Amino acid sequence: MLWVDKYRPKTLDHALVHEDVAQNLKKLVTEQDCPHLLFYGPSGSGKKTLIMALIRQMFGASAEKVKVENRTWKVDAGSRTIDLELTTLSSTNHVELNPSDAGFQDRYIVQEIIKEMAKNRPIDTKGRKGYKVLVLNEVDKLSREAQNSLRRTMEKYSAYCRLILCCNSSSKVSEAIRSRCLNVRINAPSEEQIVKVLEFIGKKEGLHIPSGFAARLAEKSNRSLRRAILSFETCRVQQYPFTSNQTIPPMDWEEYISEIASDIMKEQSPKRLYQVRLKIYELLVNCIPPEIILKRLLYELLRKLDAELKHEVCHWAAYYEHRMRLGQKAIFHIEAFVAKFMSIYKSFLIATFG
Amino acid sequence: MLFYGPPGTGKTTTALAIAHQLFGPELYKSRVLELNASDDRGINVVRTKIKDFAAVAVGSVQRQGGYPCPPYKIIILDEADSMTEDAQNALRRTMETYSRVTRFFFICNYISRIIEPLASRCAKFRFKPLSEEVMTSRVLYICNEEGLNLDSEALSTLSSISQGDLRRAITYLQSAARLFGSSISSRDLIGVSGVIPLEVVEAFFTACKSGNFDLANKEVNNIIAEGYPVSQMLSQLFDMVVEAADVSDEQKSRICKKLGEADKCLVDGGDEYLQLLDVASNTMRALCNMPEEFSYSN
Repeated sequence: MLWVDKYRPKTLDHALVHEDVAQNLKKLVTEQDCPHLLFYGPSGSGKKTLIMALIRQMFGASAEKVKVENRTWKVDAGSRTIDLELTTLSSTNHVELNPSDAGFQDRYIVQEIIKEMAKNRPIDTKGRKGYKVLVLNEVDKLSREAQNSLRRTMEKYSAYCRLILCCNSSSKVSEAIRSRCLNVRINAPSEEQIVKVLEFIGKKEGLHIPSGFAARLAEKSNRSLRRAILSFETCRVQQYPFTSNQTIPPMDWEEYISEIASDIMKEQSPKRLYQVRLKIYELLVNCIPPEIILKRLLYELLRKLDAELKHEVCHWAAYYEHRMRLGQKAIFHIEAFVAKFMSIYKSFLIATFG
Repeated sequence: MLFYGPPGTGKTTTALAIAHQLFGPELYKSRVLELNASDDRGINVVRTKIKDFAAVAVGSVQRQGGYPCPPYKIIILDEADSMTEDAQNALRRTMETYSRVTRFFFICNYISRIIEPLASRCAKFRFKPLSEEVMTSRVLYICNEEGLNLDSEALSTLSSISQGDLRRAITYLQSAARLFGSSISSRDLIGVSGVIPLEVVEAFFTACKSGNFDLANKEVNNIIAEGYPVSQMLSQLFDMVVEAADVSDEQKSRICKKLGEADKCLVDGGDEYLQLLDVASNTMRALCNMPEEFSYSN
């Protein structure tokens, strides 16, 4: 079992980071009822962990017995029927699903499936906790129509269904939904907190961690706890006992992008552009999300540039990223960015050195 | 009738209240059809479901238990601005033909999304954002009923962060009450509302003023890592820029122009980090009077 899963806190009391949020959530559910919740924060900050712990707090240990179901739904959309396949993760009291998986058909998921689930009232013999919980992941990827459809469902069936929404950026969730939820902001853990968690895991595993090593791991992790723990485990596999100056293996795609960046800096010509295109294709084929490539590329380029150029470069990065959202094929836009950068940089070089 | 106005001003509540008052609990089910965005409302539904419901005549019932029970039915179309134009067009004739037996209530946020022929067939009612007095009295009423303790500072904070949206105010109040018990201070309210603390915005603004790109970049990274919503950040930055005394009008207009563009990009789904960084760089260039255009381009 990976350490990330092994040391995932199971209850709200055991949370190592975000203790204050965990305590607040606990207070929230001990009074039997809870509002709709919207968790937002960067990835690797512990949103999912908190949600799972919260559900456990609500329903006890039975919430841990989950089964994965792959169901096909037949949705009647006027003149034709649409087959939708959706993976759900459910226990007796909660259902977890990822509505944005359906792509442009997510509207039907919200309108039909979620509504259907929300309508059915769970029966409890003891006559309490008469509500169930729907966990929706990645709500920020839902289309506008789907979000609109969610609005009334949230109000109408709020008597016996609670929605827990989880997303990375709450800017992309419509105002109407945000005003219906209790918003819970989960910030990325600070480096000290990551160090604390790493030391905790080290102690449990019986490992000796030299001073400064955990701090370096935390620094490399970009404040993502998941990444810190994963690279900690990688280091453990690579070399043990740890030495304080042990190299922490960087992600290979990051190295690849930094290679691309130095390629671009060295030569600005159509030929080089062609070579870079091949490399970017390589990354895309390996399922690195295009916006991550662009962001990382910007990061690498910014490190090497003069201050006056930085403004221009970051403007174009934002411009092409926006274009990428609107368009279909990512490669055009990343390549356009690279070409734009080359032309800016070249004219800068000519202006400075003649 | 056509109700329009920002969220949380009581449009749906009013429409439902009218329907209830007209028909009473017994006839309500058979006389009122409520459709909202969670129901499919394509052109097919308009042609079949709505038309069928509208076409059925109703017998005139004498007053029942104090309710007037007029001889017509009501169709409430909630969130009508999310209906397609085709569907709205299909409604036009239906509305006229069956106007004797069926009345339509449209509810929407943006009247500009309702096509003109529909709007001209309705009596329009604009719902303004609620004034502070109305909101205060309602919040105080709820506090009384629920036994909450709210001081005057918290009250004014509540009305300022909810910006005339009563539902939001009540949600905040309820969340704060759940989390912090019965006495609520203005800090608790800010905590649950997701408003970004003033220090963070100020730090961002100072970093932009300093003219140091790397400093601003660090600040942007920090904001993203803390998980603050960037759209919220933009609107708070906007308030700050407009009110800032030491910024010239030209600088303000440059910054605001960029804020508008960034907001549009965010709505389209642009990346938060890149947009905020772009805003930071533009703000910095405006504040430090650097040229707007790139100087080396030929």
